[in-house]
Order: sequence, then C-alpha cells, then structure tokens
Amino acid sequence: MLSHGLRRSLTAVTAVVLVIVYIPLALVLLNSFNTDNTFGWPPPGLTLHWWHVAWESQGARDALWTSVRVALAATALALVLGTLAAMGLRRTRFFGRNVVSLLIILPIALPGVVTGLAFQNGFRTILGIDLSLWTIVIAHATFCIVTVFNNVQARFQRLGGNFEQASMDLGAGRWTTFRLVTFPMLRSALLAGALLSFGLSFDEIVVTTFTASPQDQTLPIWIFQNLFRPNQAPIVNVVAAVLVIFSAIPIYLAQRLSGASTEGLTGAR
Amino acid sequence: MTATAISLRGLSKHYDQVRAVDELDLDIADGEFFSMLGPSGSGKTTVLRLIAGFEEPTAGTIVLGEDDVTRRPPFARDVNTVFQDYAIFPHMSVLENVEYGLRVKKVGRAERRTRAEEALATVRLESYAARRPHQLSGGQRQRVALARALVNRPKVLLLDEPLGALDLKLRREMQIELKEIQREVGITFVFVTHDQEEALTMSDRVAVFNEGRIEQLATPVELYERPASAFVAGFVGTSNLFRGEAARELVGAEGAFVIRPEKVRLDAEAPADTSGLCVAPGVVREVVYLGSTTSTVVALDAGPTVTVSHPNTDTSIDAALERRDQRVVLTWRRDHLVSLEEETA
Repeated sequence: MLSHGLRRSLTAVTAVVLVIVYIPLALVLLNSFNTDNTFGWPPPGLTLHWWHVAWESQGARDALWTSVRVALAATALALVLGTLAAMGLRRTRFFGRNVVSLLIILPIALPGVVTGLAFQNGFRTILGIDLSLWTIVIAHATFCIVTVFNNVQARFQRLGGNFEQASMDLGAGRWTTFRLVTFPMLRSALLAGALLSFGLSFDEIVVTTFTASPQDQTLPIWIFQNLFRPNQAPIVNVVAAVLVIFSAIPIYLAQRLSGASTEGLTGAR
Repeated sequence: MTATAISLRGLSKHYDQVRAVDELDLDIADGEFFSMLGPSGSGKTTVLRLIAGFEEPTAGTIVLGEDDVTRRPPFARDVNTVFQDYAIFPHMSVLENVEYGLRVKKVGRAERRTRAEEALATVRLESYAARRPHQLSGGQRQRVALARALVNRPKVLLLDEPLGALDLKLRREMQIELKEIQREVGITFVFVTHDQEEALTMSDRVAVFNEGRIEQLATPVELYERPASAFVAGFVGTSNLFRGEAARELVGAEGAFVIRPEKVRLDAEAPADTSGLCVAPGVVREVVYLGSTTSTVVALDAGPTVTVSHPNTDTSIDAALERRDQRVVLTWRRDHLVSLEEETA
C-alpha cells in the first residue's frame, strides 16, 4: 500500500511527464490549423487551409501510400513468420532453444543505424539487389516479427498445450486442430501483434533511410526532407499530425484488445 | 472370459535415464472400470498418455480391441480422454464443445445436435448447452469434459485424475455418479488417480503402480485384505508392518506381516484366553480423534509403533484421551495377519 503523500507525489510526477511528452505533440496539431505560417504565438487565427494544401500535395500523398503499403506488407510477413516461430519453439525442446528465442527478439533492441547499415550492405553489396519497396518491407519485418512472436508466445504460455491435445484426442487432425482450436484462441493475440507491428513500421525512419530507394519515400522520410524547406513547414505539421493519428490508433486498439482478451481467457481457465 | 478392450505388451517409456514405464503387460476387459493407482511419478499417467497417443512408447505394443494402435496418432484411436484440467475450449459454448468430436468426424448437423444433447442429459447439464465455459463451476466443467468425451462413444474412456480439482463433497458425489454413468453407457473406463479411496470406491479392478511397474493388480477387496507387498499395504489404507526381529517376537515366524489398524484390539490388560491371538504390550503415544473413529498410536515393547483404529460407537473422546502415556495391551487374531511375499534378506 502506498502512503497518501507518496501517492500524491507519484501523481504529480506522472502528470509532469505526460505534459512534457504531449504538449509538443499538441502544438504540432494546433499549428497545423495556424493561419500564420511562421507559427506565431498565440495563433492569430485557425484555418483548414494547410490540411487542404497537404491533401493536394502529390509528394505527401505518395509518401502516405508508400508507408501504408510497407506497413501492411511487413505486418503480413511478421504475422506468418512470428506465428510459425512461436509455434515451432513451443512444440520442440532442443538444445539452444533459448538462443533462438533471443535471436528472434534481438532486432527490436538493436540500434536502427546498425540494422539499417547491415541491411543496405547485405542487399546491395552481398546480394546485389537494388533497393526498393521490398527491401524496406524485409528490413521492417525483422523487428515487426518481435511483436507478433511475443504476443503469440505469451498466449501459448497462458493456454498450455492441453487444448490441442484435447482436439486431437476428439478426432481432429493437425490442420483441423489449428483451424478450429489454435487459431481462434490466438486471434486476439495475433491482432494485437499485428496492430503493434503496423505502428512500428509506419513511423520507422532510421532503418528505412538505409533500405529505401530514392523513389520510395515513406511518410517519416518525406517529413524529414521537407522539414527545412520554409514554405513546406505548414504542410509538414499536417503530415506529422496524420502520422501521430495513424500510429496512435493501432496502439490504442492493441492495448484494449490485449486487456479484454486477458479477462476472457483467464475467466475460462 | 469377456473380450479385451486394451492389451499392453512389453510397454516401456524411457525419458533419458528414467524408466517412467517399464515393460508393462496389462489386459483390460471390455466394460471394466479399471483404475491405475499410485503416487505421483509412478508412471500411471504416462501409461494413460501412451494409450491416448500423446506419447510414443520406447518399446512394446498397444492393442485396442483388435487394432494395433501403437504407432497411430491420437486422432486415429478409438479412445477419448477426460483431462485433469478438463481442457474445455474457452471460445466455444458448452454445446459446441460437446459437439466437437462429431463435428470433426463430419457427422451431420441434426444428428450431432441430438447426440450432444443426449450426452449433456447423461451428465445432467441439459439446461447449460448455451453457456460459455467460464460461466461454469469446476464440477460443471468436469461434466462437460465427460460429455464431450462420451458423445463419441469411444471404445475406451481415459480419465486423468478428473476429480482432483474438486472439493471433497463434490468429489464423493462425482465418484458415485461416474460409476453410475459407466454402468449406464457400458464403456470401458480407465481411471488414473493417486487417491486410494477413490480407486477402491469405483473400480472393478485396480492396478497399483510404483516406479513404472505394477505392484499388484487385484479387485479392491483383495487389494485391501491381501496386499501383495509392503508398498501396496502402505499405499492402500493404513497398515502396521512387522518384519525381521519384530516379526519373530510378535508373530513367532520369519517374514513380513501386515495387520490393519481396525483389526487390532486395545485393552488395559491381556484377555484370559489368548488362543489364536497375538498379544503385544506397549505404551500409548498419541490419540487422534477423527470424528467417526479414533486412532491410537502405540509404541510396542517389541519395538514397532502400531496404529489402532476404533469406531467411536461407545467410547468417549475424553476417555480415549486419558489413555495417553498409559500402558496397554494390543491383541489381534492370527488369521487377520497378512503375510507379504518378500525377498527374505
């Protein structure tokens, strides 16, 4: 139990941290409506003009579309590979199992510069492949897998193995068991993993810088390149606001989802 | 001789150096309620999992009826399992759970429904068909697991300590009910338990497991009245064991002998006529009141400590407690002694 005073100071610290994190974000959002394109404070007036301009900007629209495609493809790849990895590691106990598990999780902790450089070198020098949309997808998938893998593995751990044994005992083959028992019980974990994975890929910039061709600009890269062009600044604000929303929604949904499914599943045990 | 439901020959399962099941030969008859009793780690659950197909034997064969199923996967064996933790699918309703086995075997929707409802009626859960598993109590989940297995009308039903998670009262009720259901459906039940009372209450025959082998295979009455080894005597009920010097002094013979606590009389003095009796003086060490009976622990002058159990028909607990540290004489009939076939070291 926390004492009254301690609880108060914790509340205060939390509030300060949240304010520090979110005030600048709120400013970006507010400035995207600012009539003054040098962002004078307080804003002399509010306008939807920049949103309109941003919508008309072919560069921003292309970048948005590229980011969506990359995030979707990386997530799809991560879903398949992450699930298979978690299932494989669960079913078999072999020497070095923990090492493999660590190797799968590691990419999320590696510095993006290192991963990015390594991929660029691997793709271009070693494999002789030109950078494209797909090189971004593959590079993103390496850390997107982690969210799926972790979610699925945690779910397996909570479920235990008896459900699948019970299904096979009742006459279902391996594929039927996966379709009717394993997959439905993994569904919410997969969705949570996929949403997190989408969020990770969508706003990634460091690895993307090294693995994207000049034609394939993702939204974060577009922002970075337009940041210092004075006449583009208001549009950058709009795009940044869109980026925040696109990243926040999946995370919010993923959080709600894992909360809700925990309740449902623990109640069922 | 009735037909054989399961026949195990030379069945072994080794994990690295551990022999979980060691060259087991066993025949279980059609329609039998067969229990495998033993402490944890004795191999009884491994045998069950081998029959179900969750484990592959290191050696030996498993014949189910006429079919050798040794190398078949679980879904190609005509057995069903009731799991210790029930393993009810949390994302399906009670009815969907019970229908599952028929569904994957492509039984038509209408027949599936009828049979599932019948199975739910057998376990008295007709009105729970639409419930979700998390809305059920432990006992109800146990019944769903039973219905889900029975609906497939398997040749053999395997039950892995299915009553272990229930409280005592519910467990006693379910013991009787399980026995009734088994008689009703006529399916062979193979029941794994570490609870000797449970095994004695329900079974036609009991196999007592110890270290991967069967110590004794007998009816409950035989098992209790004529245990074949010190292990069985100790595991099934309480018993007093005399061997070596104590056996020579108390019984007047070489070997190992067992006397059950309820067969021993406790008196202040030796009776006048001691023909056909063993007489053993000693001191009361402990008196334990157990409600319907009282247990008295007596340290015999001859060495061993003996537990005596008496119904509280006309003794008062106060009188019994006063005996503590008093000298008493124990007597029992010679023909109540069970001689164990032991290697005489």
